[in-house]
Amino acid sequence: MIEVKNISKSFNEHKVLDGINAEFQPGQVSMIIGQSGSGKTVLLKSIIGLYIPEDGEILFDGREFVGASIKFQREIRKEIGMLFQGGALFTSLTVEENVMFPLNLFTDYSKSEKLDRVNFCLERVNIKDSNYLYPAEISGGMQKRVAIARAISLNPKYLFCDEPNSGLDPQNSILIDRLIKELTQEYNMTTIVNTHDMNSVMEIADKVYFINKAKVWWSGNNEEIFHSDNKELNDFVFASELFKKIKENL
Amino acid sequence: MNIFENIGKYFVLMKAAFTKPVRAKIFGKRILAEIDSIGINSIWIISIVSVFMGAVLTLQVAINFENPFIPRYLVGLSTRDTMILEFSSTVICLILAGKVGSNIASEIGTMRITEQIDALEIMGVNSANYLILPKIVAAFITFPFLSILSIILGIVGGYLVSLFTGVVSLYDYVYGLHYAFIPFYVFYTLIKMCVFAVIITSVSSFCGYYTQGGALEVGVSSTKAVVYSIIIILIFNLILTQLLLT
Ligand SMILES: Nc1ncnc2c1ncn2[C@@H]1O[C@H](COP(=O)(O)OP(=O)(O)O)[C@@H](O)[C@H]1O
Ligand SMILES: [Mg+2]
Repeated sequence: MIEVKNISKSFNEHKVLDGINAEFQPGQVSMIIGQSGSGKTVLLKSIIGLYIPEDGEILFDGREFVGASIKFQREIRKEIGMLFQGGALFTSLTVEENVMFPLNLFTDYSKSEKLDRVNFCLERVNIKDSNYLYPAEISGGMQKRVAIARAISLNPKYLFCDEPNSGLDPQNSILIDRLIKELTQEYNMTTIVNTHDMNSVMEIADKVYFINKAKVWWSGNNEEIFHSDNKELNDFVFASELFKKIKENL
Repeated sequence: MNIFENIGKYFVLMKAAFTKPVRAKIFGKRILAEIDSIGINSIWIISIVSVFMGAVLTLQVAINFENPFIPRYLVGLSTRDTMILEFSSTVICLILAGKVGSNIASEIGTMRITEQIDALEIMGVNSANYLILPKIVAAFITFPFLSILSIILGIVGGYLVSLFTGVVSLYDYVYGLHYAFIPFYVFYTLIKMCVFAVIITSVSSFCGYYTQGGALEVGVSSTKAVVYSIIIILIFNLILTQLLLT
């Protein structure tokens, strides 16, 4: 479980996060939704310490993270897998080397054990026959899946995904979403996903946090979204005609 | 941003870079890769520039000192000492600042804006140590060799020009090469090379590491890397010359 208590973060006087509270449970996909520029990425990066919050506490299964020594933070980070918005695969390494990268650094597996693990992870995300290709040689959807394989290679307890389906077509989006959900349940990971895509929310969210004006404006599960009378949430969720129609037919 | 803040950030980054690597084997591999990209890849440009500069220096001196009271062998001596003292260290490093420096800054800058550096940090990797230290070590090892190569090729360039144009006889040229040779000059140049190697790689890494924004900003960082490296090299050249040669 990850507990976020009263986190605040600003850039040059501009308050991006203002006293955020949230709780993320293992085995569940928690989603952070909000408009572009609302601070989703900043929140995610603050939780893992890529940005240092000015205020507040973050507990990883009770272990205080903010203000801990960099050494301790690196220990916790080994338990974290992260999927970045653009994939962030290492461009100078092949698909296989990318997934093997964390294994080389943090395990004492033999060469063949590492290869087995890499192939297991790649198979899990449905990548075949691409071990020796470079990231630039595969499609955006494949890059995302390889990035997932890399993120899960060390069996993380926590999985963070920043807009996992941005830039993907609807079919690939659903594929990635379902993969994240399945992996979360299989390995009982505490998963946090940023998105502005309501389809994803409907598809896989167990818990939803709506960020607006630097605060957690609304939270609940993805059923409750439809029945909420929170104006800003409704403006965000029912921006598209499709979702308006769904609401009318409820 | 003000200069003192930047200097402070630079030293914080270097402190993070100069730590013990997690895995010696991976570190070794990274160094070899960087020796290839920083050192081996620069050999051709250094060679071309050095041969031509040695040739031109020899021509210039031979033509401009057509005075019967100045012995001809001074042509060889002047080519040798100019190459050793300044050309094969300072000038070569100004060229390397352009080639290697911009390369490093754009590589690290691109990794920054595509979140590859964040990805390293999230894996619990010290990204400064992983990315920057191998570059510094590789340059520190290879730059002195590039300098020696440049000295030799510069002298060869002078030899060829003497051979083909006859502005100075080969006998005089070679005699000049041996005349009043001070081995300490070579040592002085190698020390400069090592210092400049660290300057170019660390300053360029710094410029790349703190890139913010997109592709355009990577270009800006790359330019900054070259300009800052050159200015700092010139300043240190002055300081080292004062310290070592006076
Ligand atoms: N490194 C930074 N420096 C200054 N401002 C930033 C930085 N990162 C993000 N911001 C600002 O924080 C706000 C939220 O950004 P972000 O979290 O990326 O939004 P999103 O919800 O789309 O992920 C934006 O206004 C952005 O300009
Ligand atoms: Mg974002």
